[in-house]
Amino acid sequence: MSLVFAGIASHAPGITGRVDMADPIAAQEFHRAYRAMAERLEAARPDALMVVAAEHFANFFMNNMPSFAVGMAERYEGPIEDPEWLGIARTTIPGNSALSRRLIIDMMQSVDLAYAEEWKFDHGIMVPLHFLTPRYDVPVIPLNINCQGPPLAPLHRAWALGEALRRAADSVSERIALVGTGGISHWPATPDSGKINEAWDREFLERWQANDKRALLSYTDEATYRDAGQGGFEIRTFITVAAAAKGRGALHHYRAIPAFAVGCTIADMSIH
Amino acid sequence: MSLYQMQKFLFDINRDPGVQRQYHADLAGLLNRYDLSAEERDAIAKGDIGLIYVLGANGQLLMHYAAFLGLPWAGYIAAMRAGVAKYGPVRAGLYHMTTGLNESVAGV
Repeated sequence: MSLVFAGIASHAPGITGRVDMADPIAAQEFHRAYRAMAERLEAARPDALMVVAAEHFANFFMNNMPSFAVGMAERYEGPIEDPEWLGIARTTIPGNSALSRRLIIDMMQSVDLAYAEEWKFDHGIMVPLHFLTPRYDVPVIPLNINCQGPPLAPLHRAWALGEALRRAADSVSERIALVGTGGISHWPATPDSGKINEAWDREFLERWQANDKRALLSYTDEATYRDAGQGGFEIRTFITVAAAAKGRGALHHYRAIPAFAVGCTIADMSIH
Repeated sequence: MSLYQMQKFLFDINRDPGVQRQYHADLAGLLNRYDLSAEERDAIAKGDIGLIYVLGANGQLLMHYAAFLGLPWAGYIAAMRAGVAKYGPVRAGLYHMTTGLNESVAGV
């Protein structure tokens, strides 16, 4: 049928794994915002949820690193991390291989993709699913963008990916929901973990809500690394969602939570 | 420096229970599978998270290895800071420390 929902959300492992280290009020408010997003997602009655996530070396490594990879399996497993470390029990998540295949074939008309019939979800997908589809009853189609192992696809290719994704979603009979997950500025898994450039985040979110293509694509990786850390490369996932939805964004939640090592974000975008 | 090989070891041990078993049963044999420098091999053999960090390992790989070794989150952060204090700044990779040695960013 078409794209029926588009949003973005944070996925840092501390969100579920280090709740006890965070300001309890801040953590509760963010978790509440995540669950409210789940209600809006459910109201859109999706047949499948595409999750645009960032590669963290759970499935792919520098021996063969795809810029973009889409899952094409009937089911997935996750989390790949220690469930106790992440605070999410290991489970099986339904996919839809036939739908994946149709979407991939259409997307390949304009972007080159890798596909994967095996995929173990890491925190980048499991944390969002934990809140958004906690019963794991919506088929998931994962799409990873390489945000860790440079050379990275340039931002304008992340935009092109979003355009291809939208065209593909509109070409199938199923109702497709789309959620991009990533951080904005953050320095995860480093001694700087917890450092957050809130001003940079808010500027990015302004550009994202306005769906200002030129402004979104004007970041250079050099400046992003300097101002937003290596975690800032994950803005690719949010940019892909903006290109797919083509609408205007609504920021429902933003708060820097150092214990979660990210500015915790929940936003939707209208679909045009 | 063979950072790629050291990170490949981390990738393998993070996701493969067989590699995790061999780590405990035959660490020398396991490490022989990777073309590591003497410093990298020694860092892994000693579980020296700080040195592995300084040698340039990506944190998305290293944090899971630290958890595998039993380090809680605060201990992982402290080990990286101790590594920089002992061995100097990060020598390669993406994960250079940007805060001061005595700076506590997230209270750990």
